[in-house]
Amino acid sequence: MPKTSELEPPRIIVEGVRKTYTLRHTQSFKETFVAWLKRKRTSTSFQALNGIDITVGDSEAIALLGYNGSGKSTLLKLVSGVLRPDAGRVLTRGRVAGLIEVGAGFHPDLSGRENVYLNAAILGMSKDEIDARFDEIVEFSEIGEFIDTEVKHYSSGMFVRLAFSVAIHTELDILLVDEVLAVGDAPFREKCKTKIREIVAAGKTLFIVSHDLGMVSDLCSRGIVLRRGEVVFDGAIGDAITTLKASTR
Amino acid sequence: MSKTEPVDLSAFSVPGSGRGILDVFSYGYLLRLLVRKGILTRYHGSVLGWAWSYVKPTAQFFIYYVVMGVFLNLSRGIEAFPIYLFSGIVVVNLFNEAFGNATKSIVNNKALVKKIYLPRELFPIADVFIAFVHFLPQLSILIVVCLVFGWVPTFVQLAGALLAIFIVLLIATGLGLFFGSINVSYRDSQNLVDLILMFATWTSPVLYSFTMVRDKLPTWLFDLYMLNPLTSAVELFHSAFWFPTTSETAERPEHLWFFAGISVVVALVMLLIGQFVFRKLEGRFAQDL
Repeated sequence: MPKTSELEPPRIIVEGVRKTYTLRHTQSFKETFVAWLKRKRTSTSFQALNGIDITVGDSEAIALLGYNGSGKSTLLKLVSGVLRPDAGRVLTRGRVAGLIEVGAGFHPDLSGRENVYLNAAILGMSKDEIDARFDEIVEFSEIGEFIDTEVKHYSSGMFVRLAFSVAIHTELDILLVDEVLAVGDAPFREKCKTKIREIVAAGKTLFIVSHDLGMVSDLCSRGIVLRRGEVVFDGAIGDAITTLKASTR
Repeated sequence: MSKTEPVDLSAFSVPGSGRGILDVFSYGYLLRLLVRKGILTRYHGSVLGWAWSYVKPTAQFFIYYVVMGVFLNLSRGIEAFPIYLFSGIVVVNLFNEAFGNATKSIVNNKALVKKIYLPRELFPIADVFIAFVHFLPQLSILIVVCLVFGWVPTFVQLAGALLAIFIVLLIATGLGLFFGSINVSYRDSQNLVDLILMFATWTSPVLYSFTMVRDKLPTWLFDLYMLNPLTSAVELFHSAFWFPTTSETAERPEHLWFFAGISVVVALVMLLIGQFVFRKLEGRFAQDL
């Protein structure tokens, strides 16, 4: 699908990004000393991402594909700002909202209502914005009268629906989605997909990580395949899925 | 997409970079909600609820009063010893609560720190505010007791009390940022802080009078003792609450305002150091937790 990216500057720029994790094998002085005596290594490094270059334009829906350990989530965390790259740079334009593990900010002892406000504020919304959207959020979540009940009494489905509903109603330009669409029952999933399509249609940028290839090919137009921290394919979603299926871990 | 044409980068921002503590103010609404959350969930599920905030300091006061005042007879020479004791205890309690909680705040908010980017300074600062809210019941007990004993403070003494609270909160924030950020990778930090908190009660004139220290220590060591910001804060509280309820003949430390001024400077420097270390280590928070 041709986009207007020639006119509009891109939304996300990832340039030569490298990320290395250092894994400590020793936790205390004693262990370090013993490891040193035995001439064992006290730490190993793991290259999670190696020279990634990606440019995402305005109102593009991109799927990030790859098997476990290919560096998908790391890349998403770099874009959200939770992690910082060791080399290269990541730039974003506009408000970034992450559907990264919904409900991270929920407190079980607070009511649904209080959690909505708390979480929306965590995702960067102001009080007025939340007030304006509160009813919409509750309606989407189908929580209804239980909104003033403490969240710990919710069923896991209700919990996830509310958390997802808050995240999806935040004011945003770039939406990052990490494996959270596998939530709720089939009707709710369908509703989420519709909502995400609306967001893309409204000209927002979507950056999604998922193993659900059916859904990804449904929502996205472009696919990027990662393998061991490197981009092995960047192009149309159909070809990306073919590439992924042909590749090994 | 061709990469030859240069892109105007002025509208772009680097995710995860902020202005540290200054950013906390632009997240004022979230800070308010975090403080509210801390206050609402504090005594959640307990029947007495907020009454605990009155019961605990009162019980603590009685233990110290009986052991220090009655058994060890430290009250000798200190007029209105119970008020002397309590006005010092509340200051140290504020410090312990604010500093202790701020140290653990990043680890306690692990789920958020790992998933979403926020100015992480929000968490320790919210904990300092929460500690302040829990200090208010203790302060109100102190004021009521003082009023019963005919407390008529001067304006300057009250200003001193406010300055003391300011010093304590500032130093707790600075230390909390410092030890809290180290605590992410090295949990030794919170054990060290427990140790510091244990010392805090005894290295400032809470359970005894500063004159006992002055008479025993060489001058330079006593000056060092007075330079402890907590000492100035405790003495400012003594001046504001305890002193007016006595016959006002007791000896007060010399140059108290001077030491308080130094304490403000020390607290500000500590805040800068704390923020600096916090920013240095912040990049590793999400991967080390």
